[in-house]
Amino acid sequence: MANLIPIYYLGKKHMVPEGVTIMGAIENSGHRLVRGCGCRGGFCGACATVFRIPGDHQIKVGLACQTRVEAGMDVAILPYYPAQKVLYDFKTVTDPARALQTMYPEMYRCLGCSACNKICPQDLPVMDIIAEAQRGNLPAVAELSFDCVMCGLCASRCLAQMVPYNIAMAARRLYSHSMLLGPDYVGVRIREIEQGVYDRQIDALLEKSQEELQKLYAERDIECI
Amino acid sequence: MAYPPHFDETLNLVKETRRFRKSQEIKRLNDAERTELIENYHPDYRAEGMEPLRIGPNRGDRVPIELAKALESYSIYDPGRLNLSEPDYSTDILIVGGGGAGCAAALTAREGGAEVLMATKLRLGDANTLMAEGGMCSPVRPEDSPYMHFIDTIGGGHYTNVPELVKALVLDGPEIASWLIGMGVMFDYEADGSLKVNHCGGHSRKRMLSCKDLTGLELMRVLRDEMRDREIPCLEFSPVVDLLLDEQGSCAGAVLYNMDTADFTVVKAKAVIMASGGIGRLHIQGFPTTNHYGATADGLVVAYRSGAEMIHMDSIQYHPTGTVWPEQLLGQLITEVMRGHGAHLVNASGKRFINELECRDTCASACIRECSERGNGVVTPTGFEGIWLDTPLIPDIKNHFVGIYQRFKKYDIDIQEEPILVYPTQHYQNGGLRINPQAETSMPGLFAAGEVAGGIQGKNRLAGNSLLDIFVYGRRAARRALELNGKVASPVRLTVEHLHNWHDRLNALGVPKAQQSPVLLPDYTPK
Repeated sequence: MANLIPIYYLGKKHMVPEGVTIMGAIENSGHRLVRGCGCRGGFCGACATVFRIPGDHQIKVGLACQTRVEAGMDVAILPYYPAQKVLYDFKTVTDPARALQTMYPEMYRCLGCSACNKICPQDLPVMDIIAEAQRGNLPAVAELSFDCVMCGLCASRCLAQMVPYNIAMAARRLYSHSMLLGPDYVGVRIREIEQGVYDRQIDALLEKSQEELQKLYAERDIECI
Repeated sequence: MAYPPHFDETLNLVKETRRFRKSQEIKRLNDAERTELIENYHPDYRAEGMEPLRIGPNRGDRVPIELAKALESYSIYDPGRLNLSEPDYSTDILIVGGGGAGCAAALTAREGGAEVLMATKLRLGDANTLMAEGGMCSPVRPEDSPYMHFIDTIGGGHYTNVPELVKALVLDGPEIASWLIGMGVMFDYEADGSLKVNHCGGHSRKRMLSCKDLTGLELMRVLRDEMRDREIPCLEFSPVVDLLLDEQGSCAGAVLYNMDTADFTVVKAKAVIMASGGIGRLHIQGFPTTNHYGATADGLVVAYRSGAEMIHMDSIQYHPTGTVWPEQLLGQLITEVMRGHGAHLVNASGKRFINELECRDTCASACIRECSERGNGVVTPTGFEGIWLDTPLIPDIKNHFVGIYQRFKKYDIDIQEEPILVYPTQHYQNGGLRINPQAETSMPGLFAAGEVAGGIQGKNRLAGNSLLDIFVYGRRAARRALELNGKVASPVRLTVEHLHNWHDRLNALGVPKAQQSPVLLPDYTPK
């Protein structure tokens, strides 16, 4: 049996096993989560959590499903964070960098305080991402922000009151939409399919017995790695 | 939280045998050996894990006990108390589920001019789609063809797939890739501008398109953003708890449960597209799962008790390598790409027992045999059992699998030096609602797409094929619903007669009134 340590969830004290995640501890203390729980694997950003440790003035954060409990920690999972998102039709864009600046002009109000960097549970360089967005360097924004789970914590701390994760989202889509166009062979294949090139081949397979299919499967050539 | 001290002995054996194992050849099984292994050890074949359904369209079919219980259950409210004459919402197309299939359906239906309402249990995008790491298969390259993709898929499914559904899957694949590229999905590219493609289990061509090792996250982020750009209304924290029918017996809406206010919401619709996902959080046969918190088979349950037929619901996919230790990561996926890069499956004495590149059902069965009959598993302090995935064999693992490396580093396990303890984990629901290539279920007005639909993947799904199938059938469902929408009038009168009948039949079987479903969320509070 693991040692029990105290944590405070929504202001109430609970004794929980040492070593478990914040999410495990909350459930262990009798709560069935509805909000604040999603994939339970660190992908979805549903369980952005703020906490403090006794004797430390700093506010700390983490994803509840990924962060282990510490003795005396006082935790709250963010149920929801209101965020500004500009609606946009990406198909109408001609100048993607300009489009981003028009959508989110508040990004130029960044004070350089780096509170966003400190709070990101994914350790993303949020302030640098915004700096690259200001410069219109969309490929850099896209690369730097790729691991963003859109948990909302950066928006909760921004002194300029912007929503960095939606700015990065728009930048990634603008970048991909305008610069990652897909190779020509995709369109060629689609036209072949529309012309029915493969229907006859596959329909012939639909007529075959399982034994014949098994033979085709066993004898198929496999592309080298 | 490194490995407990009593693991030292087995860890040493794994280390000592590593050199020998590197040069050891393990033959692949032939068909007969493979069948014997699966039939003896795959959880689908455990008689005590299955039971025949007593009522409904699939009466007599064996399904997992946990599912049988959820299917043979009363509604979580009294249907007689709903105000059906004044629905809370009225729409052309109701889409249940906010994952990849649901969003594909919603966007396609809106594009076609329909009025669309989405309802989802948690937040928009909280779904298994978002957790997919590897990628999406599509036969786009000149070296590949839909014909080859068809043969791979149907062979991998042991010839149990509905062939017409596989045909639609592979023929729509390239158009789906193009649709996603056009929406601004950040796929991986080679320097020459071609799409980066990966090899994966059971496929004869490199056809897996990826977005680093977070493909599902990127797809879901873009779809969710597009949903918002198109201003498609989505009721979050509003899972489906029943379907409503019209007087002709066609699906004509649904009852939703507002988890924030504990109220029930009546939605009237000309068509319902079920895209509610899988079953993992019912913990079939006690297995941990790689699935999302909300994967509790709700859509399957409500559709079945309204009269929709299922297919292959005796078939569950267990991924061979789910994490066993540390317990905080229990059941979480260790991608099979690691075995592709040379990691061995090794028992407590440091011995290999299966060719690691066999498909998922075969490897999972072999791992189970090692821990059960052969007694060669490693037991954790809390009584879980596993075998080793010998990761130190992988060259440059820290760069190849940075996410997994870091996940274990947090628990003081360095996978460059030490193996990972693994055991099969529930991963995917192979079966589901029976559909035709237009994504129509056996019930008029009800469509299904994504993991809740069955028959496409047969009894064993290949890697990368589900990310494709959610989009193919999400879009097909929407197109068919659009086609029919113009031909049907909005339902005049909604009924819950089918639910009263269902409850009467449960009552006659002696099912206790407290047995209610859908489950909505798993319960991890202490018993």
